[in-house]
Amino acid sequence: MADVLKSTAAKPLVFMLCLAPMLLLVWNALYGDLGANPVETITHETGEWGLRFLLITLAISPLRQWFGLAVLMRFRRMLGLTVFFYACCHFMIWLIADHSLNFTDMVEDIIDRPFIALGFSSLVLLIPLAITSNQASVRRLGRHWKKLHQLTYWVTLLVILHFIWLVKADYLEAGIYAVVAFSLLLQRLPLRKWIFTKASV
Amino acid sequence: MTQFKFKTDIAPSQITPESIYEKRREFMITSGVLGTALLLNPWTSARASVAISDYKPNVVNTGEALTSEKDATTYNNFYEFGTGKTDPLQNAQNLNTDDWKITVSGECDKPGEYALEDLVKPFDIEERIYRLRCVEAWSMVIPWLGVPMASILKSLQPTSKAKYVAFKTLLDPEQMPGQKRSVLQWPYEEGLRIDEAMNPLTLFAVGMYGKTMPNQNGAPVRLVVPWKYGFKSIKSIVSIEFTEEQPQTSWNISGPNEYGFYSNVNPEVNHPRWSQKKERRIGEIFKQKTRMFNGYETEVAHLYKDMNLKTYF
Repeated sequence: MADVLKSTAAKPLVFMLCLAPMLLLVWNALYGDLGANPVETITHETGEWGLRFLLITLAISPLRQWFGLAVLMRFRRMLGLTVFFYACCHFMIWLIADHSLNFTDMVEDIIDRPFIALGFSSLVLLIPLAITSNQASVRRLGRHWKKLHQLTYWVTLLVILHFIWLVKADYLEAGIYAVVAFSLLLQRLPLRKWIFTKASV
Repeated sequence: MTQFKFKTDIAPSQITPESIYEKRREFMITSGVLGTALLLNPWTSARASVAISDYKPNVVNTGEALTSEKDATTYNNFYEFGTGKTDPLQNAQNLNTDDWKITVSGECDKPGEYALEDLVKPFDIEERIYRLRCVEAWSMVIPWLGVPMASILKSLQPTSKAKYVAFKTLLDPEQMPGQKRSVLQWPYEEGLRIDEAMNPLTLFAVGMYGKTMPNQNGAPVRLVVPWKYGFKSIKSIVSIEFTEEQPQTSWNISGPNEYGFYSNVNPEVNHPRWSQKKERRIGEIFKQKTRMFNGYETEVAHLYKDMNLKTYF
């Protein structure tokens, strides 16, 4: 398994997997298979895939720590950029189809609807992360790089709230994502250290 | 001339007699035709409670292009069958609408349990093409078949105390699997002021697109109140009650500051989830402006004279 992940073919393969949901959407769009409200389908699908890749990205370092899968670190940048890609598509379809590129309408929607403000803020926070995702930025920013990229945790919180807030009545799906997201965030807190210090006192 | 030789090692007993063979062929043809019909038309309901043989076509029309029958019957909000848009199509097919009964109660001279057919039979079924505006900012244009609600209600002889009409949907989690989860308070309840219910636009609908009402669209009978958001047009009605007090309504219980009792289509009243200024007509990409009372201002504005529609949203 680890050998496969280390091979040179692994990266292009993972790249294709990252793009697969988008390719499927485009395919279905071309064949008129997106249901009665294609704009809604594309909006929901791109948003949900962005969230899924965000959770996968957040799972990388726990998987490394708990199962010694250090090799997964190779894919973290690509997965993070995939999140940004789906977030941009999600935003663009809203801007184009819902607001016909009308800037005033867009701003009004952000002001009037807290769940849209939350989604928009998440996208804005993702921009510096995408820009500084290259190797050169990692070197130049040094220890600040890690601090900056911990913004991902805040993005996760905002995205989960964005999802929960838009639900009309059925919280099941958003709730499942929330549980997964909070587990991934909670295990990052230095709980073990905290418990041990408590015990020694 | 070349002749093909066939090996005939089949015993005569193995050969199917011609009569049975013919019957089998007949069966295959019928099932094939039926199967294809079902495949081509998965959105029509199999069981009918109100047989629609004849109706007055085009009594009311919007002059706009109709939403395709496929879209109108595959994209539904009917939480009794699931919260996804295609869930009703998948889960509503076992709803039994035979011998449908409606309980009439409250402030009227003719309470009792009625067979749906008996309620509808005395009146002509009309085709009325209305805009349908969902609170989720999408809309359709649908040719409904039904009887003016006013005719039905008058036949039940409401008393002077009847200020409101309350409706309930069937409660049966076995047939309506969505009711196994408490997404909303079941059974679904809706209500109208009596003058709203008696407005000539309000329809007691038993069909659409020239056919019996499909299960996923609210079979066998639903309300259609075209100047209000779609959720006011309650589906699969089993109870009509005339009341003196304003009845409670399901979405109002779920979100009191989002879904008011009136819920008239109003682009000026802001909603925390969807801007109500615009709507997406199903079948189109870009949104269009939403009209006051969904474009039925002439017909219904007088009902709300002197009312602050921002308070009574």
